Amino acid sequence: MRSVGYLLIGIFFGIVMFKSEAASWFRIYEMFQFQSFHMYGIIGSALVLGVIGVQVIKRNNLKSFFGQRITFIPKEKSFSRYMYGGIIFGLGWALAGACPGPIFTLIGAGFMPLLIVFAGALLGTFLYGLLRKKLPH
Amino acid sequence: MEWIFEPWPWYIAGPLIALIMFLLIFVGKGFGMSSNLRTMCTLCGADSKADFFDFDWKSQRWNLIVVVGAIIGGFIAANFLSNDLSVAINPETISNLKELGFNSAGEAYLPTELFTWESVGGIKALIILLVGGILIGFGARYAGGCTSGHAISGLSNLQLPSLIAVIGFFVGGLLMVHILFPLIF
Repeated sequence: MRSVGYLLIGIFFGIVMFKSEAASWFRIYEMFQFQSFHMYGIIGSALVLGVIGVQVIKRNNLKSFFGQRITFIPKEKSFSRYMYGGIIFGLGWALAGACPGPIFTLIGAGFMPLLIVFAGALLGTFLYGLLRKKLPH
Repeated sequence: MEWIFEPWPWYIAGPLIALIMFLLIFVGKGFGMSSNLRTMCTLCGADSKADFFDFDWKSQRWNLIVVVGAIIGGFIAANFLSNDLSVAINPETISNLKELGFNSAGEAYLPTELFTWESVGGIKALIILLVGGILIGFGARYAGGCTSGHAISGLSNLQLPSLIAVIGFFVGGLLMVHILFPLIF
């Protein structure tokens, strides 16, 4: 039953990614050229509501639909892994024009060459797993 | 209801993304897409090569179901909820892109110069897509999250590490588009 819920949330997410054009390579390029407010508006408005909602959940100790406590796990403190990792991710995001969610959405939309990006992303994740102990975190 | 078939404006899409994050929070989970790549590596047997992949992947089964949904959502949106797939980017951006050789700018959802099998057969596009993917996968895991995990979830929870990561995303993206694109294309 819960699986159906996850599936529906995923479908909804895929539709929003595609219809908002956040899954379009062109929109990502335009964003990095600062030539449109579109992507900034999407991320910015999601964030404003996100910050407010998280505060509401925390201050009122809201419970999940299943009655469990909602906990937010703080991210580990560090600088180098976030900055270096972030830059590497940003290079890929701009080059392939898709972040991980839209990669899947675009495959569903029928843009099959995204399978190559997907294969690359799996390979990149695997390489990170192999090299992790040698990288500055 | 005709608007559904048009591209959705930011003030519809942004709040819906926040809604998706909250739906996941209220079912006791969290919004983060790139961690699925790690789970998939484990499913392919990567746990025998590096202990990073040696974890209980079943705890991430729910997120793989979200991925299946994201694929179906893309299929539905492209086939049943769209009249015209072209993306109306800024005319200035279109002329920039045409100078770089992207003649499909303004007329397609993705540049046909990169995302058709015909182009991929030209090897250059194949390498670009593969390298792009490697950078995405490597960088997302190194930074501990991608756009959904850091830019949306992490920043919503006012996490400084996520802010550093998002600044990194932009440093990388700007570097690629402004410095490297003229060399690549």
